[in-house]
Amino acid sequence: MRKAEHEMVVCNACRYCEAYCPVFQAMEQRVTFSPGDLTYLANLCHNCGECLYACQYAPPHEFGIDVPRTLSKLRVESYESFAWPSFAAVAYRRPWAITLAAVAIGALVLSGFAGRAFTARQVATADFRAFTARQVATADFYAVMSHGTMVTIFGVAGLFAILALGIGHRRFTKATREAAMPGREGPAYERGVADALTLKHLHATGEDCVDAEETRRPWRRWMHHCTFYGFALCFASTTVAAIYHLLFGWIAPYAYTSIPVVLGTLGGVGLLIGPAGLFLVDRGRDAHLSHASERSLGGPFLALLFLTSLTGLLLMILREQPYMPALLVVHLALVLALFITLPYGKFVHGIYRAAALMKFRREEA
Amino acid sequence: MSADLYDVAVLGGGNAALCAALAAAGRGARVIVVERAPRHFRGGNSRHTRNLRCMHAAPTDVLTDAYTEDEFMADVLRVTGGVTNEALARLMIRGSADAPRRMGRFGARFQPPLRGTLHLGRTNAFFLGGGKALMNSAYAAAGRLGVRVAYDAEVIGLSIRDGRFESATVRMPAGDVEVRARAVVLAAGGFEANLEWLAEIWGEAAKNFIIRGTPYNTGTVLRLMLDAGAEPVGDPAQCHAVAIDARAPKFDGGIVTRLDSVPLGIVVNRFGDRFYDEGEDYWPKRYAIWGRLVAQQPDQIAYSIVDSKALGRFMPSVFPPMVAGSVRELAAAINVPAGTLASTIERFNAAVRPGTFDHQALDDCRTEGLVPNKTHWAQRLDAPPFHAYPLRPGITFTYLGVKVDERARVVMKGGVAENIFAAGEIMAGNILGRGYVAGVGMTIGTVFGEIAGRESFRE
Repeated sequence: MRKAEHEMVVCNACRYCEAYCPVFQAMEQRVTFSPGDLTYLANLCHNCGECLYACQYAPPHEFGIDVPRTLSKLRVESYESFAWPSFAAVAYRRPWAITLAAVAIGALVLSGFAGRAFTARQVATADFRAFTARQVATADFYAVMSHGTMVTIFGVAGLFAILALGIGHRRFTKATREAAMPGREGPAYERGVADALTLKHLHATGEDCVDAEETRRPWRRWMHHCTFYGFALCFASTTVAAIYHLLFGWIAPYAYTSIPVVLGTLGGVGLLIGPAGLFLVDRGRDAHLSHASERSLGGPFLALLFLTSLTGLLLMILREQPYMPALLVVHLALVLALFITLPYGKFVHGIYRAAALMKFRREEA
Repeated sequence: MSADLYDVAVLGGGNAALCAALAAAGRGARVIVVERAPRHFRGGNSRHTRNLRCMHAAPTDVLTDAYTEDEFMADVLRVTGGVTNEALARLMIRGSADAPRRMGRFGARFQPPLRGTLHLGRTNAFFLGGGKALMNSAYAAAGRLGVRVAYDAEVIGLSIRDGRFESATVRMPAGDVEVRARAVVLAAGGFEANLEWLAEIWGEAAKNFIIRGTPYNTGTVLRLMLDAGAEPVGDPAQCHAVAIDARAPKFDGGIVTRLDSVPLGIVVNRFGDRFYDEGEDYWPKRYAIWGRLVAQQPDQIAYSIVDSKALGRFMPSVFPPMVAGSVRELAAAINVPAGTLASTIERFNAAVRPGTFDHQALDDCRTEGLVPNKTHWAQRLDAPPFHAYPLRPGITFTYLGVKVDERARVVMKGGVAENIFAAGEIMAGNILGRGYVAGVGMTIGTVFGEIAGRESFRE
């Protein structure tokens, strides 16, 4: 925090970077920098890195100005401080351990409930004779686990995730001195959302931002789009399927040409390309640009998204094969792990980034 | 390296040097850039710059309105008091029109106008991210064109025979090497970072000078050239000095060490006495004289004092103010005699005439009967807490350089050198005999760098 404050004071006296991004424009509106201001600026930063290479005061200069990395560290600290329940902050320090634990819990819960259809031993040994040929041939997912059970498990986990994310968002807006759920009104809100959805500030100067000195490539932005919109399409697919089931009584599985399957397939492909691409982009980026605490969050989240998508797509292709039930259990376990870890990992950056972008647009108005 | 014969050796690694290297390499020349700084601190003083001044007849994507050749020339004449070579100045001005576009070809990026904090959007094109970003893009372009760059490479000798350059002796971490080339471009800056040289001119006072830019501009190449018989240009005893925060690092403090509080309060020396009209003119215009004023004070130190009324009216400073609740406390904080300071402030307050304060205009708030008077923005210092900032002279650049002709060729005592060219601060004195106007140093470097690069390699 103290380093960040020192850096912002130097930046504010220099201002050479003001045309790069909102971080510097928001900074210029301030003379002093409270912890709330720094939290806001940290979450406004897209971690592109232009300002590090442009900085006449970057290390080894004695001023040691390194805005991308300092804000990167501060960002993860803010994730920890806004986590609900508070003890869950530990998740940001052991992202792989927590993610693997969540997968284990997911597997345990799912195979427990799936035990209604067959025993754990059968699952473990891939012995699915309890399943009739007809059930497999028609890809009857609900023979493995009833629709009610699925809705209950994922409904509870999903609602908990929404609650935890909501409380985190509230804590963020409180810390950055905004009224709870602010800016719903007016065009500032819409512009902030648009900035987030288009990743405007990864290419706002007309060119993409850097991965290394004078190396500008669009891949980080495009892979993020694949990931985000892939996620959104999968969410839409599930929503449409729920409407089919609840409103029309149409029971899964749906045809390959049905809306839920088409949306889910497109989203699933996005969630294969995007996370894999982001993983490669992150590996190729200059490590000076971010703090290790933030870099460590990416891997487990990307892995979970990738595997969720992979098992989901396999399930669709292989849904009439004998190992469908095992695949279903694995897929659902991963989805459950994803739900559990949403409020305690990389995903939260989207919540706070969007909130910061909206705040920026409101201050600008 | 020593075995190779280059077409062009560029001595220096700032904007002028890279403009020359790119112009020559773009025409197919084999070019080596000899940069004294390590890679991280490459770029000379250009890494601390922010914009260049450009003439233009109509608004462009990076400049507003228009700025004609005659207006630009009038600005050069005004700041130099006529100490300029008008032919070279006009050459620079005409060359500036196309400079942003030519720099853009080599990857330079500019920010849109109207965002600059200094309201220079009409006359000056601002580099996106500043001078270091500009230098990064220029070095990247040089890499693409196959220009060889030697870092940590100090020129310690020049072999010039019958007015012709033959080679340069370059000291590198691995040892000394001879760099041979058909032509040389001198773009190694002035001598402002050479403390001994400054002491020859300024005596003991030079010890208290702060160098705002690179520590690598020690004037080695300039001195070698003068010793080899180059015609000097520019006042050898003058440097551009501004008043900056005394707590700035000795070198490389750059832009953030500046202080804008002077016109809003009073300035006293270490005895607690005022010594110049703080409200003479707008700060950017008067900014430059305060370096010399502070340099003439005992121990080359002064203190800018404002009260709480001034807060928020000047750009935030990177160093915290010394804050005091009373004049006595303030005197202790800045270590000046309390009695003198108290009487200075008392007499100042008593001399302030009523007026309407407006820090955006030359207002009518002034003192009467003081020596010296404060002629604008004079308000009583009566609203504690008082804030004080220590000031020292901050040296930006020196004026002494080598004389050049319209082809950027160096003029030697025996005539024009055929294969020795100069660009940037080392020849800026041809145009700026004295004074300064924002962004013109980068214009000189860009235009004459391009000329020198082109002329040094003619097929």
